[in-house]
Amino acid sequence: MKNRYSFGGDEHLFVECDESMSLEAFFKSLSMTNAVRDSQIRGVTEICPANASFQIKFNPDIIRPGDMLREVQAIESAASKTDPVIATRIIEIPVFYQDPWTHETLMRFRERHQDPQATDIEYAARINNYATVDDFIAAHAGSPWFVSMVGFVAGLPFMYQMVDRPRQIQVPKYLRPRTDTPKLTIGYGGCFSCIYSVRGAGGYQMFGITPMPIFDPEQKTSYLRDFMVFFRPGDIVKFKPIGREEYDHTVEEVAAGRFAPAISDVTFDLREFQKDIDGYNAKLEGMINGR
Amino acid sequence: MAAKVLNPGLSTTVQDLGRPGYFHLGIPMGGAMDRLALRAANLIVGNDEGAAGLEAVFIGPQLEFTRDALIAVTGADMPIKLDGEEKPSWTGLNVKSGQVLSFGFLKTGARIYIAIAGGIDVPIALGSRSTYPIGALGGFKGRAIAKGDELPVGNATSGKEGRSVPEALRRRPGMPAELRVLPGLYWHRVTEQSHQNFFDDQWKVAPEADRMGYRFRGGRPLQFVERDQPFGAGSDPSNIVDSCYPYGSIQVPGGTEPIILHRDAVSGGGYFMVGTVVSADMDLIGQLQPNTPTRFVKVDMDGALKARADRAALLDRIRSVFN
Repeated sequence: MKNRYSFGGDEHLFVECDESMSLEAFFKSLSMTNAVRDSQIRGVTEICPANASFQIKFNPDIIRPGDMLREVQAIESAASKTDPVIATRIIEIPVFYQDPWTHETLMRFRERHQDPQATDIEYAARINNYATVDDFIAAHAGSPWFVSMVGFVAGLPFMYQMVDRPRQIQVPKYLRPRTDTPKLTIGYGGCFSCIYSVRGAGGYQMFGITPMPIFDPEQKTSYLRDFMVFFRPGDIVKFKPIGREEYDHTVEEVAAGRFAPAISDVTFDLREFQKDIDGYNAKLEGMINGR
Repeated sequence: MAAKVLNPGLSTTVQDLGRPGYFHLGIPMGGAMDRLALRAANLIVGNDEGAAGLEAVFIGPQLEFTRDALIAVTGADMPIKLDGEEKPSWTGLNVKSGQVLSFGFLKTGARIYIAIAGGIDVPIALGSRSTYPIGALGGFKGRAIAKGDELPVGNATSGKEGRSVPEALRRRPGMPAELRVLPGLYWHRVTEQSHQNFFDDQWKVAPEADRMGYRFRGGRPLQFVERDQPFGAGSDPSNIVDSCYPYGSIQVPGGTEPIILHRDAVSGGGYFMVGTVVSADMDLIGQLQPNTPTRFVKVDMDGALKARADRAALLDRIRSVFN
């Protein structure tokens, strides 16, 4: 896995760690971006990690593009020796699968879908060889997910399923993107799950909705008072299926400032994870709220 | 407050020079699409170059001033009226309390910039007053201005009527518009023939053109180099594993219609990109109307840096008029 370097105009250095998605590629991107941050290269203005690549915005009036490239290339070999271990957190996200709001929206955009006769989740279950939608939901909520990128729009997490590749869910995006997606929709495209932080256009399949806000520009939500964006790259997420009653209740609790997401600090070691994926995940899940 | 909105125009937002530092969380830099025009408007009225002004696209707003003010309008060519009387653009104008600023029909360009001495004094959000409507962040209550809004203006420092940016220093797109592009990113995904076609063909700005991105039509579709799609990328040959998107990067979903991401860019996604418009030409895109014929002009990094230096020199010449 060797980096590919390219310039995005005169202000961006674009670095692809791997063409394919994997946790190894993500960790390489993460360790490179951490190393670039630590090295405090003059002229760097933004460091943006992505799933299997990253981007550095720089001011070419301060550092010549060629020098920028050499500085980052010099970091590559050191960064590749970094242990793939991070101190992070695991968060439980309640999800109301097959909710009425995403259902209403997906019905409005049926002509843009691969399978207009089915719902998004029925389609996803079928093409991933699950006998029933319930089996599919059990798989989606059955393993943790790794936040491998935050972006697209404000605070939207891309999440990578923490199972071995043959078990990973894959679905195509809509044939043509929708012009509307409800806020807090749980989406799916390619091998990534996401949570739409705001209402707007989108091309990911829609499976459900969470009552838990993840972006609040007014910073009124109790757990978003310090910063308006909830997710950070490296966060680990576990979905918890809930029904209408708990959904409504949680919405009320959030509005009243009483809702606190279940979060625990954890250390994630990619090598340990790969030795025993299911066992490692079970340990991680056990740490949510110390249960 | 200093200006009451009688009519907001089509989409008029408070913008300054943006909020760098949050793109890694999906919050774009934002700010004036035509930065040079906003800087010039601020210089004319004696503001800091980065003070917040109004950016109006295609249709100007109608504003009633509730106190005396010094203003300037730059950018697109759109007749400026004070109580119905036409006034010069790119020039400092005294406005009396009670007077109404309005605009005629757009002639050329796409966006005007209205600077008011003292600057639009909305609260600062993440270091900037720029409006990011999708995130309901910054600007006037996180949205475009609306009828009945009362815009707060800060205290003016200096500045006097009649100062103006000379015609020769007002930068406008040519016809056809020419945008300089540094090929790169996923340029290798399309064939040699498509490399050539992309720069040979004449494109046209599509109706889907806004602060987030400008779409173009009319050139030949790009042909992809065959490959097995990498895991996680998606099945279309134009798909990649979702990556960051540079400002100015040109993605071509399905290989058909290039989209140049602008100041309110999405920070990443799953479409391959053929290259990036050089930073010096980003201002020009903000002045393109739908249907404007456009050529992409290939440059290397030296060309991109030369363009950057030329633009910086132009800004310095504008500054020297006011110092």
